[in-house]
Amino acid sequence: MTDPLVTVEKLRIGATTDSGRKVEIIKGVDFEIAPGEIVALIGESGSGKTTIALSLMGHTRTGCKIEGGTIRIGDCDMTAMSNRARAALRGTEVSYVPQSAAAAFNPSKRIMDQVIEIAAIHELMPRAEAETKAVELFRALALPDADTIGQRYPHQVSGGQLQRLSAAMALIGDPKLVIFDEPTTALDVTTQIEVLRAFKSVMRAGGIAGVYVSHDLAVVAQIADRIIVLKGGEIQEVGGAEQILNAPRDAYTKQLLAAFEPVPHQPEEQPAQAAKPKPVLEVFDLCAGYGAIRNGEPAAKILKDVSFKIERGRNLGVIGESGSGKSTLARAVAGILPAYRGGVIVDGTEMKPDLKDRSKAELRRMQMVFQLADTALNPAHSIGAILARPLTFYEGLRGKAREARVTELLDMVHLPASLRHRLPGELSGGQKQRVNLARALAAKPELILCDEITSALDTVVAAAILELLKELQRELGLSYMFISHDLSTVEAICDDVLVMYKGEVVEALPAATMSSEATHPYSRLLISSVPKLDTGWLAGLEQDPELVAQFANR
Amino acid sequence: MMAEYQTTTAAKDAPKPKGPGWSFNWVGRIGLAIMLFWGLVAFVGPWLAPHPPGEIVDWDYFGPVSGDYWMGTDYLGRDIFSRILMGARYTVGIALAAVTLACTLGVILGMIAAVAGGWFDMVLSRLLDAFNGIPSLLFGLVVVAAVGSSIPVLILTLTAIYMPGSYRFARALAVNVNTMDFVTVARARGESTRYLILQEIFPNILGPVLADLGLRFVFIVLVLSGLSFLGLGVQPPNADWGGLVRENIEGLSLGAPAVIFPSVAIASLTISVNMFIDNLPTKIRDRSE
Repeated sequence: MTDPLVTVEKLRIGATTDSGRKVEIIKGVDFEIAPGEIVALIGESGSGKTTIALSLMGHTRTGCKIEGGTIRIGDCDMTAMSNRARAALRGTEVSYVPQSAAAAFNPSKRIMDQVIEIAAIHELMPRAEAETKAVELFRALALPDADTIGQRYPHQVSGGQLQRLSAAMALIGDPKLVIFDEPTTALDVTTQIEVLRAFKSVMRAGGIAGVYVSHDLAVVAQIADRIIVLKGGEIQEVGGAEQILNAPRDAYTKQLLAAFEPVPHQPEEQPAQAAKPKPVLEVFDLCAGYGAIRNGEPAAKILKDVSFKIERGRNLGVIGESGSGKSTLARAVAGILPAYRGGVIVDGTEMKPDLKDRSKAELRRMQMVFQLADTALNPAHSIGAILARPLTFYEGLRGKAREARVTELLDMVHLPASLRHRLPGELSGGQKQRVNLARALAAKPELILCDEITSALDTVVAAAILELLKELQRELGLSYMFISHDLSTVEAICDDVLVMYKGEVVEALPAATMSSEATHPYSRLLISSVPKLDTGWLAGLEQDPELVAQFANR
Repeated sequence: MMAEYQTTTAAKDAPKPKGPGWSFNWVGRIGLAIMLFWGLVAFVGPWLAPHPPGEIVDWDYFGPVSGDYWMGTDYLGRDIFSRILMGARYTVGIALAAVTLACTLGVILGMIAAVAGGWFDMVLSRLLDAFNGIPSLLFGLVVVAAVGSSIPVLILTLTAIYMPGSYRFARALAVNVNTMDFVTVARARGESTRYLILQEIFPNILGPVLADLGLRFVFIVLVLSGLSFLGLGVQPPNADWGGLVRENIEGLSLGAPAVIFPSVAIASLTISVNMFIDNLPTKIRDRSE
């Protein structure tokens, strides 16, 4: 066996909080990376995966400090070096691809100048040579117009292209190790494939070792040779990708895998009596958009003639990539963005397009839960006050009765009653999302519009929220309109699925047979782009390139 | 992990400890103490003053600190100590009233404009922008020339001068908060504009707004002294502190206490206001975090 490229021994990283308390973030981590090997660090948020990845460059985020252990890359001891010596290694020995390429590029400089910056800083080669090399890298990363793309500004290329360009930036100095920090998390599934492929082929061709930080096991399975599972700053399990996926030994790894496996949704048994034949929500020819309104139509039209129905007690999933109008649909249905044409019928009553014209009773029936749990809760109000307000607003509850109902609501979402004195800032992400759900439930709604409610959560936490949604549905007879870009969550909770593309519904079909029966080319592309827990999936994936070019905005 | 979680819940189950949220550090307390001191002086000053403010008590001008005249005498030989005690009423009273009015009005209008948007926002914003273009002293000159100088007129003039800035500031903050999801949730619930402004937005802009109030207070004290200098502010023989500094400024080269003590009074008041506001109880200041 060859000498390892990277050796990390007994690494400990700590931080001092604002209140002066010491916390240990990384608690003694050991691992090695062989030359040319790609190792994935996987774990939930707060598990220390990014902290470890950054420490490989000898860097820690502000406030954190490497407190013990050694990190060796090649012959260099990163922990013992001076800052100046470390800076000399960055870009030439180790380089970094950040999560948000859009934030990593300077919007006022041309892409080429930024890509070859490393070569210029370290004086590796003359400018012309660096530019030729950059173009070669662009080609290797399968970027279109490789010769001229460098002359553009960052806002003139798509998100997936920008992410590949930031990889080119990292690779220009011929590093031995590249750190990828969740580089595809912010991308659509269809784009993600292209980016993953490009990364994989470049790394293979150059024999470069990599550290791939991600929370998504399926993505990691495609690119990594070995997987390190982290939790709370400690390694839970290390193993080959195949072994981790197929024969996990650690309990936490098993939990992660279980959260990933979609549990097919069992439709609720409909009561035989046809007492309420009306659908809980019916939408016809809905058109909505943004911008100044001229002749009754807004400047930017987003939704085009959307029609669908949700039967009582059933769940509808809405899928599509970013920009397809999923969230706009939810906002138009809720009346936050008034539709300019078409109609929304809730339980047989037609709603006014603008929510200002809807009555309290109409508003009560339909509640919305947002993606970002923390911005949806007023940081200045206690949880108790947040939950009490809809009770006072819709039902006029006060005093003891209201207090009792708040406790009951917290209990419904499996939170302790003592939480009601806390502020939202003192809760975890999953708890916040539960409070959001409880607030929606406070109105005793018939329909809850869920806008990507699990997207910002860790896999295990998200799975628990989905379980909760199902349980609430059984108990309260709710219906959900579930918007998501994640097909497995949709599969786990929905009865029917709408596939949206550029503001139009391209296909509506039952969720259970979604992957086998989709006929529209776009839905087929979308469904086939979802990574599977199988190391050979990316290599074996065949997509019609014309189809890809037609629908994915690359 | 588990044990840690349980202890924190246990701690939360106990009756909420009172105090920590409202207590504030000693810098803030000193600030508050000085503010209260000047407030008290403004109330009881006329009874404490050894001489009437306009009485010429010394034949010498710019007299030194002495047993009779604790803070020396001014350019006409009047007792500075008495004049500062009398001036407190004008400076503290007028500046506090004006800054409170200006910020209250500005913040309320700013929040309404941010939430209502549309033509209300546009008309109000442009109107106040145009108003901002008038130099403040010129505006004061015109108003006082038109209706004459009196304390209510001074307060309202200063309010009018400083309200547009406060409005702009509050509007900018409120526009940011207004786009947050929790405001959308409240709006989707069908809440009135009044509720949105008072319950959802106001608590989240309170910290910066208070800091702005402290700054504005200092400016108002300065403009008030400027108006007095032009003869438009507090009318002789009374004078506000800024006026005292201005009328005795020639004494500076003589090292006269007549110019030092009013300056110290202004400095102590403005600094204490800012010390207090910068160290407000975390319960008020850090709500948005």
